[in-house]
Amino acid sequence: MTLFKTLILMAAMALSFAPLIPAAQAQDRPRVVLTDPNVSPMPFALPQFIAENGEAGQLAADISRVVASDLTNSGLFREIGADAFISTVSSFDAPVSYNDWQAINATILITGAVAASGNQVVVKFRLFDVASGEPYGDGLQFVGTTGSWRRMAHKVADAVYSRVTGETGYFDTRVVYVEESGPKDNRLKRLAVMDYDGANVAYLTDSSSIVLAPRFSPGGESILFTSYSSGFPAIYVMDVATLGIRSLGEQPGTMTFAPRFSPNGRTVVFSLERGGNSDIYTVDVGSGQLNQLTNAPSIETAPSFSPDGSQIVFESDRSGNQQLYVMSANGGDAQRISGGAGRYGTPVWSPRGDLIAFTKQNEGRFHIGVMRTDGSGEGLLTGSYLDEGPTWSPNGRVIMFTRQGAGAAGQPALFSVDISGRNLRQVPTSGPASDPAWSPLLP
Amino acid sequence: MAYMTKALLLIATLGVAACNNPDRYGTGGPGDAGAGAGGIQTGGLGDASDPRSVAYFNQTVGDRVLFAVDQSTLSDTARATLAGQAQWLNTNSDYAIIIEGHADEQGTREYNLALGARRASAVQDFLISQGVSASRMRTVSYGKERPVEVCSDESCFSRNRRAVTVLSVGAGA
Repeated sequence: MTLFKTLILMAAMALSFAPLIPAAQAQDRPRVVLTDPNVSPMPFALPQFIAENGEAGQLAADISRVVASDLTNSGLFREIGADAFISTVSSFDAPVSYNDWQAINATILITGAVAASGNQVVVKFRLFDVASGEPYGDGLQFVGTTGSWRRMAHKVADAVYSRVTGETGYFDTRVVYVEESGPKDNRLKRLAVMDYDGANVAYLTDSSSIVLAPRFSPGGESILFTSYSSGFPAIYVMDVATLGIRSLGEQPGTMTFAPRFSPNGRTVVFSLERGGNSDIYTVDVGSGQLNQLTNAPSIETAPSFSPDGSQIVFESDRSGNQQLYVMSANGGDAQRISGGAGRYGTPVWSPRGDLIAFTKQNEGRFHIGVMRTDGSGEGLLTGSYLDEGPTWSPNGRVIMFTRQGAGAAGQPALFSVDISGRNLRQVPTSGPASDPAWSPLLP
Repeated sequence: MAYMTKALLLIATLGVAACNNPDRYGTGGPGDAGAGAGGIQTGGLGDASDPRSVAYFNQTVGDRVLFAVDQSTLSDTARATLAGQAQWLNTNSDYAIIIEGHADEQGTREYNLALGARRASAVQDFLISQGVSASRMRTVSYGKERPVEVCSDESCFSRNRRAVTVLSVGAGA
């Protein structure tokens, strides 16, 4: 699969899927409740998917590994090793020996089959509730191209996650970020995009200019970012399918930065600096019409829309240091919502609408945290020498961010953490990386 | 391989006018630590003993001023340095300048961009007050993207919280 094809996949390719058979609806299926502070990972058995023809052998093995890895990495599931299995699954349609899976304490069983023909791959899977000895929802079938096999695996894992948690998954997603190289005093940066788990990296720019803080559009078809390509920081929008770039909201003699799309994708909110003072503006993506939302001598930046588009959260040092404020999407009076010790920046509204993620600096350390939209219920999820720049998974349950160590050896890397504070893990990248932004769930 | 063509086109588009930290005057020392904006300027560094040389401006007049944490207020030391810069610029009127504002790494990326802009602007305002024409100046903020010192304690943070006046030849008013 070529780089370009991989990029196209994200914007244009929809996998077809269909239920295999209707299954009896049972009421008391095993559940993982995401808000349970004492959640323990659900044990699952995933016998390697059946290869339905010779061509599918490697794909069946690879897809099985990606499904298991997605579930395990979520922190909500625990895989039972195949060496414990009593049963072997020889055929996708063979009856399930529930007793054999109960005996190894599997709560759920995932079976699947893969067929490959030319450039087409068909993936089927079923989920079983082992204790009650019944199917757990309908079987599903995905049809795609060979190059989209990882996406099909992610879709299987998303279906399992969704049934067991009752919430939408986040595995079939991409992350756009900045890949870094070179010493800290002469850093090279370029935009890259990858699957949420670090696979399928593609580069969107070269490193001839500093690039910062890319953001997906709500549909994932374009990416906003800040670049020094003119010699001065300015915001640009890239079409993901063609990699074409155009400037946005350009005003001679000013710096523009910190852009984000509105939920309908028609407006971009950003900071514009003129004469040393930064305020928040919007620009209409179609017409280029500018609208100034704040007018203060303080620093106003890092704006983020609420998912209903009615409000904007941003940071300002109008009180003397960085704090978080919420205002109408049309500007006007702003209410301060942050009130704890230290300073708060980079607020990002959750796609669920219920929480705001932020970076907090206090007593020489940086934290990623969340608070309710009125500022109550603040909780810190991480802490280190430098954690910053949270981005939400599209289901609002996981946050990815940049963590950088101190000194010349302290390279930046991407980390993710559940909004419960559990399951902190480094996201694998090919080199130092920063400024992640999560895509929507792909169609 | 159509995708590769597109990728290359993209690279070419982005690459126009880009210029990351050229070793502008070839000194290799702290005097050339500006990150560069608006294209590579090629010019002689000159001899620091020549008061009309770029080297003299960078080293003897002093091309940079430092700031306290989170601040863009000019200290007395900074004002003295900038008064010297203004005097030099008023004498050597064929130079244009770009004032680069920088922050240390102890801050979030967007805030540091805004803070660097404040610092560059404070320098610009002071130079204007000393008679340097605004038409000779541009400002640019690098936030925390271009530290001159790489370590993680106050001794180097303080050198990174800076505004650097970078000369470019032949564009003066």
